[in-house]
Amino acid sequence: MVTVADYGDFETAWCPGCGNFSIRKAVIKALVSLGLSPHEVLFVSGIGQAAKAPHYLRANVFNGLHGRSLPPAQGAKLANPGLTVIAESGDGCSYGEGGNHFLAALRRNVDLTLLAHDNQIYGLTKGQASPTTMEGQVTKAQPMGAPSMPFNPMAVAVAMRAGFVARGFSGDIEHLSGLIERAVRHKGFSLVDILQPCVSFNKVNTFAWYKERVYRLGDDHDPRDFGAAMEKAMEFGERIPIGVIYENDRPPFGGRLPEAARGPLALHRPDMAVLDGILAAYA
Amino acid sequence: MPDISVNILIGGEAGQGLVTVGDFLAKALVRAGYEIVVTQDYMSRIRGGHNTYAVRVSPDPVFAPREGVDILVALDAASYPLHRDQLSERAVVLVDEALGEAAAGPRTLLVPFKALCPKPIFENMAALGVLCSLLCLDAAWIEKIIHDTFAKKGEEMVAANRKVFADAMAWTAEQQVSFTCIAPAVNTGKRIMLNGNEAIALGAMAAGVNFCSFYPMTPGTSVALTLAAKGQKMGVVVEQAEDEIAAVNMAIGASFTGATALVPTSGGGFALMVEGISLSGMIETPVVVVVAMRPGPATGLPTRTEQADLNLVLYAGHGEFPRAIFAPGTVEQCFHLTHAAVHIAEKYQSPVFVLTDQFLADSYRGVVPFDLAALPAVARPGTAHDGPGVYERYAVTDSGVSPRLIPGFGDSLVVADSDEHTADGHITEDLGVRVTMQDKRSRKMAGLLADAVPPELHGDPSSDVLLACWGTTRGAALEAAALLRESGTSCAVLHFSQVYPLVPGQFLPLLEKAPRAVMVEGNSTGQLARLIRQETGFVFAHHILRYDGLPLTARYILDRLGSKRP
Repeated sequence: MVTVADYGDFETAWCPGCGNFSIRKAVIKALVSLGLSPHEVLFVSGIGQAAKAPHYLRANVFNGLHGRSLPPAQGAKLANPGLTVIAESGDGCSYGEGGNHFLAALRRNVDLTLLAHDNQIYGLTKGQASPTTMEGQVTKAQPMGAPSMPFNPMAVAVAMRAGFVARGFSGDIEHLSGLIERAVRHKGFSLVDILQPCVSFNKVNTFAWYKERVYRLGDDHDPRDFGAAMEKAMEFGERIPIGVIYENDRPPFGGRLPEAARGPLALHRPDMAVLDGILAAYA
Repeated sequence: MPDISVNILIGGEAGQGLVTVGDFLAKALVRAGYEIVVTQDYMSRIRGGHNTYAVRVSPDPVFAPREGVDILVALDAASYPLHRDQLSERAVVLVDEALGEAAAGPRTLLVPFKALCPKPIFENMAALGVLCSLLCLDAAWIEKIIHDTFAKKGEEMVAANRKVFADAMAWTAEQQVSFTCIAPAVNTGKRIMLNGNEAIALGAMAAGVNFCSFYPMTPGTSVALTLAAKGQKMGVVVEQAEDEIAAVNMAIGASFTGATALVPTSGGGFALMVEGISLSGMIETPVVVVVAMRPGPATGLPTRTEQADLNLVLYAGHGEFPRAIFAPGTVEQCFHLTHAAVHIAEKYQSPVFVLTDQFLADSYRGVVPFDLAALPAVARPGTAHDGPGVYERYAVTDSGVSPRLIPGFGDSLVVADSDEHTADGHITEDLGVRVTMQDKRSRKMAGLLADAVPPELHGDPSSDVLLACWGTTRGAALEAAALLRESGTSCAVLHFSQVYPLVPGQFLPLLEKAPRAVMVEGNSTGQLARLIRQETGFVFAHHILRYDGLPLTARYILDRLGSKRP
């Protein structure tokens, strides 16, 4: 039986009070609940404080480049469909530098989960606006206020009819771990955008700010209703819904790839008789 | 030795089917036992413009394209004026009589395409009929290809095409054309027809490549297209990524979990991959990147050829890490060096490159089918951790190569980090560990040097002239050397099919001993010459450089052999 202890205990480089600690707890709780052993899971991350998260648990880890968690995550999953692949990174990494990869991942629908730690600020580089920073928010790099409209990952994912679109809050670990569990179970690309305070650099979207606004979606929300989902995806301000915003059964990428059904590519060896036949066709 | 090759140039607009005529003819010639070199020159557009498909054919081995045109098939009005100056003394020009006298000159055969063809779509067959008759090629070779190509569309289609082909042959036989038949073929062995990119894709599959991610870019794309078309039976997963950055990162991710990954691209696309190459170097996860060169900077001449991305590939990636760069000069080398590139990448857990170019990518040749059973084994990562204790992905070793496991097989955890990392893969800012790890990675260079493919020397090492070249300029250099020898000047060729790392002992004595060492390259600054100077101190006094978008030829080399450094 898998336990929380299997995922280890690590010293971190995070600031005291950072939302990452709670997210880490929720992630491990979800994995234990799913009965997944560390060696069955691969975390792929980019760069940033959130992207360090996979170093602070026991699992397979691919900590790559800034903004590039999704391409290697998809490659890894296609190469070994048996692995549980979780991409984990921040809002800047996932929606800014990696924006095109995010869009393509929504389209491609490879069976993996993206956990986006969304603190609405660049933490590791000390407080510049991120793609989700609210318009007008003053930072050191944007002294006149962030000039651009914030990116809405929920609405974009719903618009793309991603199979599983959820928002969580680091202040509600129980609820968040449930979302992560459902996201990992989902067959296809699943997104959990996780609101979290950055205690060092975001003085606007504080723990109290989120706590005041965040509410759990109730049973009256039908995540299979596209219109209702879009409405909830657009709700961000005085009230912010957390929970599964949208869900469908779109088949995952790979169903069209008979070669991927043969199991891990690591175990494939080229069949020279087949290749001989291919060569002969060039005669 | 007289040149008994025949150079056929088919010219026309994009979309007119000149590639069909060229491919049919080339395949028939290979099957008939001839040696060919195909050169495709096309414009960056889908329709219109002016494209050419040249087939140089000979009973004897030919290695390079040649300038003079012996048969010009002018599919449009522009072809004759554009290629008039290239016509050889014996040249015949085939022009549709509907294009009129304006498109014709002396020694022109006005072909009544309209009368020969019930529909314009059969004009290709008529052109083949005329060509077949002029060359005195046994019609059966073309007829077989017509059958193979059109059988799936029904016997009626086959018969219609064959009729046009036969009528055109018969018509040509009645004309008063004096064109010497092509000399009989001497090669009777079984051969296949491949271009460079197809051979790269096949070499990759032979080496076990089973993952290819790419973003389309001419002239690299056809490597991925070949893998997509032929690779399914081999279990190759091919994915068109959203951009080149994704393509290389996806391949590295797949490689990390045990795929054997290859990424084809061209210079502009590779420029975007540079960050990913550095990642491959840092996390020691192999990836083979095929860079099919075309002229730059920026978008350059998208469909033409050049050898100017050596520096880009040599220095791609921030920081320092070992790599190897192969540069095939023939279709056979495309196959074997790609196979070797996969092995070296896996063995040293490093990025490895195959540098080719548009000319070779699109150049068909007849080759003896590869002996797959004779291929050497390819290094593979491990899937079972049987050592005691915790698995360390970056265990420090004398060779710099750490035992590589892939995640998901057994209880061992595999941790890789683009940050500097400890032996177990975790992020560190311990500066002592940094030095240990950098030294570990750098030590792989010794292995790469030991495994480096030495340059090939063709000819007498004591020759007056030594032509040094790399990659696809090999054929032009060999032909130039042969022509020089015929005219009484001794000449040898030194061809580098691996351009990095270089082992000076393998070639420096030859260069130092040569009375006249000339570097022949398809770029404007002499990139390999500079690299050799940097690595060995040897300075080439003479350079022959081409960067007008066209492939090097023997004539180009011979015309410039007198000139010094530009």
